[in-house]
Amino acid sequence: MKLTLKVWRQPGPDAPGRLVGYPVDDLTPDMSFLELLDVLNQRLILAGEDPVAFDHDCREGICGACGVVVNGRPHGPQRATTACQLHLRAFRDGDTITVEPWRAGAFPIVRDLVVDRGALDRIVQAGGYVTAPTGSAPDAHAVPVPKADADTAFEAAACIGCGACVAACPNGSAMLFTAAKATHLGVLPQGQPERATRAESMLAAHDELGFGGCTNTGECTAACPKGIPLTTIARLNHDILRA
Amino acid sequence: MAITGALLFLYVVAHALANLKIFFGPDALDGYGHWLRTLAQPAFGYGGLLWVARAVLLAALVLHVTAAAQLARRARKARPVGYAHRATVQGSYPARTMRWGGVLLLLFVVYHVLDITTGTLNPHGVPGEDYRNVVADFQRWPVVVAYTAAILALGLHLWHGVWSALQSLGSTLAARRAARIAALAASVSICAAFLSVPFAVLTGVLR
Ligand code: HEM
Ligand code: SF4
Ligand code: FES
Repeated sequence: MKLTLKVWRQPGPDAPGRLVGYPVDDLTPDMSFLELLDVLNQRLILAGEDPVAFDHDCREGICGACGVVVNGRPHGPQRATTACQLHLRAFRDGDTITVEPWRAGAFPIVRDLVVDRGALDRIVQAGGYVTAPTGSAPDAHAVPVPKADADTAFEAAACIGCGACVAACPNGSAMLFTAAKATHLGVLPQGQPERATRAESMLAAHDELGFGGCTNTGECTAACPKGIPLTTIARLNHDILRA
Repeated sequence: MAITGALLFLYVVAHALANLKIFFGPDALDGYGHWLRTLAQPAFGYGGLLWVARAVLLAALVLHVTAAAQLARRARKARPVGYAHRATVQGSYPARTMRWGGVLLLLFVVYHVLDITTGTLNPHGVPGEDYRNVVADFQRWPVVVAYTAAILALGLHLWHGVWSALQSLGSTLAARRAARIAALAASVSICAAFLSVPFAVLTGVLR
């Protein structure tokens, strides 16, 4: 299998960047998208060129480190799939693929495809936790939680903080991430007391960090590798109205 | 955004319903226009309350457009460098037409006021003779085409706008789930009501 990559190359945060074309052959459809970048980098290194910098860690879709925009879609064309879990069978032999970093003012480019997603941590630091020390994990049934609430919390807690929602949003908003991080606490008993103030301070931090305003376009949910639903944002709005 | 939008939405609903009076003849429509002006006449004078309503609507419109401009400016700052490869829309189409569709609606409202309210651009253009003015308009097919395009833009705008406002202000999760369908039903009904008039004129039902 042969693919042509057009990769965003940018040597540093303030250096100008551009798309550079690289034909890559001898690929197999069962390689992951990150393995494609590995193969490219091996060849670049052998040719004495700088390898393409990209983020990755677990390579099994659970850490949130990876993330590139493939043909305009964060994490590539396959729904609910991280870039590391995307396989080359999603493309056709001979395709040309454009690979760009997450584009957001709040995510400055470090190098090539690597961006600094620290702004997402700032949002969590603004209130995405339970203030009171709650000790070690309680016995499974010590605190009763209705099944529906547990399911909602778990659905939101599946957010891996990858930032694809921001990359996909035409407004550059991080509302889906913020809503997920507020919801996985807000619907559980331990998170109830600070539910409204948490939502309020997290949104304030979100706006201050320069993320755009949400207009419910739904691009975030479509791009989210964990399928966090848009109703999560509605719940955040509801909490904010109560604050 | 949601609050000024809700006000404009209520106005559009009232307007769509009022337009249907045209099917009850010239007296019903012209009489309605006259009645609007005599509302609370002792307190506000002839047409006084109408001017109050116009002021409120204009204020709502200005705030609505201001909020939209602020959102657009924030969005531009939030993504200073765009993507080289722009993907097709994965989310909602109506949502993506809010800004340019809104500008289109604004242009239409200006034309509409010059046409119907002041009579400047109306082929008949006699104040108080709303029925004759409307019929004279829609006997020309280019007016019907432009009008239909504007109403369809309005439908898309309301579909996403009403739904999105319910997402932001919504109370229960069940209400939010129902919101998408409710917003669609409201937009389709409003479009149907507005479009019934030009097509009734075009087909000779109203003359
Ligand atoms: C079948 C469709 C429509 C017809 C026949 C129609 C007709 C009219 C008439 C007769 C008036 C003047 C009422 C009076 O002063 O007695 C009016 C006012 C107005 N219409 Fe429409 N209209 C239609 C659709 C729309 C739509 C879709 C919009 C906005 C999105 C709109 C916006 C307005 C506004 C803002 C005014 C108030 C102007 C003012 O009084 O200052 N109209 N229309
Ligand atoms: S909400 Fe989805 S897309 Fe956004 S950071 Fe979490 S996992 Fe990634
Ligand atoms: S590398 Fe961990 S999610 Fe892709």
